[in-house]
Amino acid sequence: MPRKKITLENTIDSLSILDEKGKVDKKLEPKLSKDDLLKLFRAMTLARRYDERMLKLQRQGRIGTYGPALGQEAASLGPAFAIDESDWYVPSFREPAGMLYRGWPMARLMLWWGGNEIGATPLPKMNDMPISVPVASQIQYGAGIAWGLKLDGGDRVAVAFVGDGGTSEGDFHEGLNCAAAFGLPLVVVIQNNHWAISLPRHKQSASKTLAQKAIAYGIDGIQTDGNDILAMVEATREAVAKARKGGGPTLIEAVTYRMGVHTTADDPTKYRKDEEVEPWKPKDPLVRFWKYISDKGVLDEAGREQMEKEVTAQISEAVEASESYEPNLMEPFDHCFAERTPALEQQRAQFEAYLNGNGNGKASGSAPVSHSAVH
Amino acid sequence: MAMLNMAKALNLALREALAENDKAIILGQDVGYDEGVFRITEGLLKQFGEERVVDFPVAESAIIGLAIGLCVTGYTPICEMQFSGFGYHGFHQIESHATRLRNRTRGRFTCPMVIRMPYGGGIRAIEHHSESRETIWAHLPGMKVVIPSGPRNARALLRASIQDPDPVMFYEPKASYRAFREEVPDEPETMEIGKAQVVREGNDVTIISYGASMRPVLEAAEELEEDHGIDAELIDLLSLVPLDRDTINASVRKTGRCVVVHEAPKHIGPAAEVVAGIVEDSLLYLEAPIERVTGYDLVLPFFNSELPFMPDVRKVISATQKVLSF
Repeated sequence: MPRKKITLENTIDSLSILDEKGKVDKKLEPKLSKDDLLKLFRAMTLARRYDERMLKLQRQGRIGTYGPALGQEAASLGPAFAIDESDWYVPSFREPAGMLYRGWPMARLMLWWGGNEIGATPLPKMNDMPISVPVASQIQYGAGIAWGLKLDGGDRVAVAFVGDGGTSEGDFHEGLNCAAAFGLPLVVVIQNNHWAISLPRHKQSASKTLAQKAIAYGIDGIQTDGNDILAMVEATREAVAKARKGGGPTLIEAVTYRMGVHTTADDPTKYRKDEEVEPWKPKDPLVRFWKYISDKGVLDEAGREQMEKEVTAQISEAVEASESYEPNLMEPFDHCFAERTPALEQQRAQFEAYLNGNGNGKASGSAPVSHSAVH
Repeated sequence: MAMLNMAKALNLALREALAENDKAIILGQDVGYDEGVFRITEGLLKQFGEERVVDFPVAESAIIGLAIGLCVTGYTPICEMQFSGFGYHGFHQIESHATRLRNRTRGRFTCPMVIRMPYGGGIRAIEHHSESRETIWAHLPGMKVVIPSGPRNARALLRASIQDPDPVMFYEPKASYRAFREEVPDEPETMEIGKAQVVREGNDVTIISYGASMRPVLEAAEELEEDHGIDAELIDLLSLVPLDRDTINASVRKTGRCVVVHEAPKHIGPAAEVVAGIVEDSLLYLEAPIERVTGYDLVLPFFNSELPFMPDVRKVISATQKVLSF
């Protein structure tokens, strides 16, 4: 028997449209109206200021641990922009830009990081999964959602997110492998921010790119400049258009960088040199997008200042709404099962007596104080 | 009425579910063309097609994970784990999402899925094919655990589990799949989950068990009566979550004596929960310490020596005599 070579199609595209100086590749520039550009710029500005505010709130002890997305706004926003409201958005936990764009009330995201389940509860009509904590696990239910959409027979798609560290998880492999084998309308975006807490990208995987993992699954993979909002919009649009036509999943590796801490619970100086961060500063997605839209005459300095004011006001309002929220301590007993089991009935009564007896909890069945404020 | 074994009764319940609910989907390894390694899904692919009976890649975590997504989009997945010993790959998705999604999203998203898996020893299978690990699942908040013992309750409980709005671990005693036949009603019978059954009335002692262990327990009860004049009351729990403490209490308050039997290891096993409940609710009715007949706190030995390590008639009789002679 001879020993033969099996030829594989083993190239992947790398896409960059808007460089760090704000210069655009005219041939690749996606069609975006002035309104679209303004919407995107506002969303990116909002996410940036939200992020900055969250770090302050954490330092002031007003929320719990926070995982900032500083510098990664384009990678989650582009895909959110490129899909329809009726499509599904399946985040990990570093996608506030996309989540806010999709319509999550900012106060709810603040409440999530403040330790409240209402922050994991999307508004009734949103096709959005909440923040997912266990790394890469969301790729699996993202594929399941895509399966449901395929069975429904329409042309809707699901977009799911994972980090570079998540690509080492079995769930990443199983989810992508099954999505590919079933031809599901799923787009998986890897936010390759180069660091999984303390483990650098090169120690995470021997693969030259993360996008090339697509080749093994028999699907398309593309590497994009994750700090380039235009490239993120374009790559997602292509993947989504293909998925809508029954072309199956796509893997997008958004190359970005974690400018800050993994979460406020860690100290990157222990494992990362400041010099490594420096070259990424000029690649900031917001800075280059600003250059682009101001060069285009879409927004001027005065317009931007006005926008910043509005964004600041919006954030302050959300902080206020989130901080006026009071959880209903009896509520967990209502959401374990559709109906309480006898054991839970008994435990609920014991807990209620405990709360009342100590006078430090809410009265039985008290309604959440300010639900409306966090909508 | 048809005389069916448990395998056929489960098949009937699945067939009914697929016919009644067009959102119901069976997914698992070899459940389609091969009809399942235990033939529980026999004929279903042929009747309902590849979209409803899905041969899944060998990925238990993905079976559960994708089923969660199906639930979110309005489907009713019925997952088959080929053996409970391989279900641990799915544990992460079950614990992290399936059992939590309702709570996390305050009821916006739920997981009305059933996870079927065959458990238990005594079928001379290789390692990882014989254990009873129901305790693991019963410990997860948000998970119901249903364990049938015979063809009729298997069919009725599987139907109920598929209709249940929450995730149900449906733990199938594989040693009982083809052990005996029973009359199964033609009409689509459904049993309420969380209700134990008194399968034999008696006054001297209460013997509580479930699943595959019901068989030695029933046999022991006959022998206790015939050879020793002991009139045992038998309770088949049928579900561990919810646990029917009312039925347990009523019986124990009548007999004052109790033996709890299961294949699972003893330490922090289901019997411990049953006994704790009796102590909390009915301590002063007890006339003797309660005995447990369970698996040992060991990995079940390979099949050539597994049987002595499982509950059997002799162990149940001896424990019952001990309780009665106190």
